[in-house]
Parts: sequence; structure tokens; C-alpha cells
Amino acid sequence: MRPRRAAEITLTIAAPLLLLAIWELLSRGGVLNPIFWPRPSSLIDTFWRMVTKEGLMTDIRISLLRIIGGFLLGAVPAVVLGLAMGLFWPVRVFFMPLASAIYAIPKIAVLPLVIIAFGIGEASKLVIVAVSIFFLVALNTMSGVLEIDPTYRDAARNLGASRWELFYSVALPGALPQIFTGLRLGLGFALIVIVGAEFLAAKRGIGYQIWEDYQTLRIKQMFVGLVVTAMMGWGLTMLLTGLERLAMPWRRSA
Amino acid sequence: MAEAALPRSRAASRDVVAGATAATGARVVAQGLGRRFQTPHGPVDALRDVSVTVEPGTFCVIVGPSGCGKSTLLRLVAALDRPTSGALTISRPDGRQPTNAMVFQGRSVFPWLTLRQNVAYGLKLRGVPRRERGDRADALLAMVGLKGFARAYPHQISEGMRQRVAIARALAVDPDLLLMDEPFGALDEQTRYLLQEELLRIWDRTGKTVLFVTHSIDEALILADRIVVMAAQPGTVREVIDVPFSRPRTLTGVRSDPVFTSLFGDIWGMIREEVTRSRAAQEAELPR
Repeated sequence: MRPRRAAEITLTIAAPLLLLAIWELLSRGGVLNPIFWPRPSSLIDTFWRMVTKEGLMTDIRISLLRIIGGFLLGAVPAVVLGLAMGLFWPVRVFFMPLASAIYAIPKIAVLPLVIIAFGIGEASKLVIVAVSIFFLVALNTMSGVLEIDPTYRDAARNLGASRWELFYSVALPGALPQIFTGLRLGLGFALIVIVGAEFLAAKRGIGYQIWEDYQTLRIKQMFVGLVVTAMMGWGLTMLLTGLERLAMPWRRSA
Repeated sequence: MAEAALPRSRAASRDVVAGATAATGARVVAQGLGRRFQTPHGPVDALRDVSVTVEPGTFCVIVGPSGCGKSTLLRLVAALDRPTSGALTISRPDGRQPTNAMVFQGRSVFPWLTLRQNVAYGLKLRGVPRRERGDRADALLAMVGLKGFARAYPHQISEGMRQRVAIARALAVDPDLLLMDEPFGALDEQTRYLLQEELLRIWDRTGKTVLFVTHSIDEALILADRIVVMAAQPGTVREVIDVPFSRPRTLTGVRSDPVFTSLFGDIWGMIREEVTRSRAAQEAELPR
């Protein structure tokens, strides 16, 4: 078990390091044009300067708040609707066509509409993130409820559970694995949408920073923005994984 | 629904199961009971004209071929389903509202709750304070041989242990009527024998009315005071048999009794006929 684990860690770290090493070598050897493909090692300086002098941390904070805020705004009602759709067929039949249709629209296409409705301030950023994950989470939650073995419902009803008690003591915990699948997928969508929205209609944020640096040909800064975005995605995924473990203690030590 | 059962068991709080001593169990009377399902191929009678009486405190086992409506009957008694004809009366000798609890076939123990929380689930719904329901759950877990597993989750224990939890969960609400739908069907033989013995021991202490569904004749003879043999398609009562073995019973004691062999033969004869008949009926339907 131990040697296997060590090998796993080594291999996990090896891939990005190898990529960076190749890039560094090609850049130093003059194969890549250093103006468009700056050496990775030179980005460390750029990153530090951006943090200390150009307010990179503020951009990161703003984007993170938009993602997390929009996520909560979308996910909480989505879970409630998804549970209701799973438990009660009229709710399911009523919302299903709407959900399927809206689910298929690339969410960034809705941005102009969201801006018309909510202005170009923070509200529209939160709403576009919320919209982009809402039906994804709702539909995953619904299918999670539908996959719960009906025996659990019967057992709860037999012991005297009311509708409300079925809702939170059977449907919610039973659908949690699927809810988290929806949230994880939603996180990817949220990142895409927030960077896109910041490209188009923002005065701060990591997406805005990348687009601005691209337009002014500050290529090193643009690359730093990309790496930061990747790290944000990774960090948020880790956060979600942690939440998942907290929310489902029965899945640990399986 | 549950309120009727609770004060009684509180009074006898020294022995958790022993609402026990006072409990006489519920009486179940089915008269001309029927359940018809609408299917795309027309109506199907899962049960037709079933009349059975189960006296308070008796252990009644329903046996029959698969598809004879055993489980449907149990769901009707549990009020998880409604009959389409006939009447079903469940009553207590003292006129109060009787309670039931069911042990289901297969997986029914909530995987997201610890064993203690599972057993305490029905008590929580009834508003029993946390401390008290935890104590009762622990005592019931000890009774079914799972002392020390209170904080484990169902996936950490075996199928046989999970079925014990299901039994403890049903007993926790101190029901007048215990309904069991092939509770040991998925278990290996040794575990099944052990749980049968344990069930007999527990039931001897509680005196609840039990309605137990199985397809095992052997299991029926070991457990039952009275066996209801059912016929299939539609599900009807074919015969009611009183089982004479004295209590308390042991597996080996019952098995070595010559009456066991003759009763086994009688019941198998009936079920065999039913299986053959329902197979023939199914085959006759096929070419359409």
C-alpha cells in the first residue's frame, strides 16, 4: 500500500512539472518565441509584481466571491426544486420541459439578457453563475431522488414520516451523492461563465485581467492570469471535495 | 398513530422490549380482501377474496409461490397500499389505535444514518427526546447482538447484521403488530438459522402479533402458530394450518419432530400444485 501511494504522488506531480520543463527548455533554446511564450521561470517575478503592485489578489477575491456567491444563489434553490421534482411527479412533469430546454442553452449566451435584467454590476455576475448551474444541479438532484430505493421511502412512511420528513430525512441524504456530482459539474460551468462574463462586461476580476493583458500585449501577465484561474478551479474543487466528505460521513472508510 | 404505544413502553422502561409484558398485540381481520392492479394488459388481481383472522399475540406466517400476493397483503396491512375491495380491520383488545412496524425484504436500513440513528428513527418521528431514544436504541441493538456497533454505518457491517438492525428499528416503536416481508430471504443459511432462533427468543418476550411472509416452508414451520398457505394468480387463501409445536421452540427440536415431516409434506404438496398450475397458466398466455 505505502509504495503504491508514494508512486501515485510522484506521478501526479510529474506531469505538470514535465510540461513546464519542456516549455522552459524550448523557450531558452529559442525554439519558442519568448515574446509570446515567456519562460515559466520568468512568470514567478511577474506574478510577484502583480500581487504586490497591480492588485492581483483583489481580482482573485472578486472572482472567487462571484463564483461562490452565484453558486450558493443557484445551488440552494436548485436542490430544493430537484428534491421536489424527484419526490412529486406533478412538479417533475411541470418543470421538466423548461429544465431540458434551458439546460441546453450555452449559458454565456444568456449574459446580454441577464445584463438587461440586472444591470452591469455585481448582481448580474452572481445571477449568470447561478443560472449556469441551476438546472444542472436541479436535474442531478432529481435523478438522485429517483434512484433512491423505494424501500427506504416505504420504511420511513411505515414508521410515520410525514411528507416534510420524507423530504429531508430520506430524499435529501439519499440524493446527496448525485447532488455533489451536479455541484462538481456546476463548478466547471461556473468558472467558464464567470471568466467569459468578465471578458465581456466587468471592470475587475481574473477574467477581466486576462483579457486586458491580452489586449495590451502583456503576455506574461496573461499567462499568470491563466495559471491563477487554473489554481482557483483546483482550489474550489478541493473545497467541494472537503464539503462532500463532511456532508456524507457514511461514505468515508467505505 | 404511535401515541397509543408509547406511554405503555415508558412505564415499563426497565425492559425496552417489554411494552412486552403488557402488550397483547393487535388483531387482524381481513374479509373478502382484494387488490386489483391496472396494467397495460388489463386488470390483474394480485389478491382476491382473502379472508384471514390473526388473533392477538399469535405468530402467523404466510407462505406461497412467488406472485401469490404475499407482499401485497402485507403492504395492505401496513397501510402502504389500499385494498380495492373487501375490508381490513386491525384492532387492539383495549380499543385503542393499534400500531404496526414492518421489516422489509432487502435493503431498508438507511445507509446515511448510524445504526443507533436508524433504530431511533421512528422514535425521533414520535418526538421522543434525544437522550431517551438513544438509550432505547442502544438497548435494542444490544438485544439483537449489536452492542458496540451503535456508531457504525450500515455499509460497515454484514447483510445479516443489517437485518438485525431492521428488526431493532421496527421493535423500537413498540408496535402492536410486527410485519415481516421475507426478512431473512437474502441471507446465507447459517445466518438465517441464527436469526430465526433470535426472532423466536425476542417474540417469546414480547407477545406481539407477527405477520411474517416467506417462501420457505421450513421457516414457516419453525416460527408459526398458524400458517396461511396461499394460491397464486390470483392470490387467494388456499389453506390455514395450525402448527402444534410447543414453545419455546428450538430449530433442532422442531425439525426432529415427526409432525414436522408430515406437515412439511402437506404444505409442499399444496405449494407444488400451485407452482405447477401458475406455470401452466403463464405458458398458456405466452403465444398470444
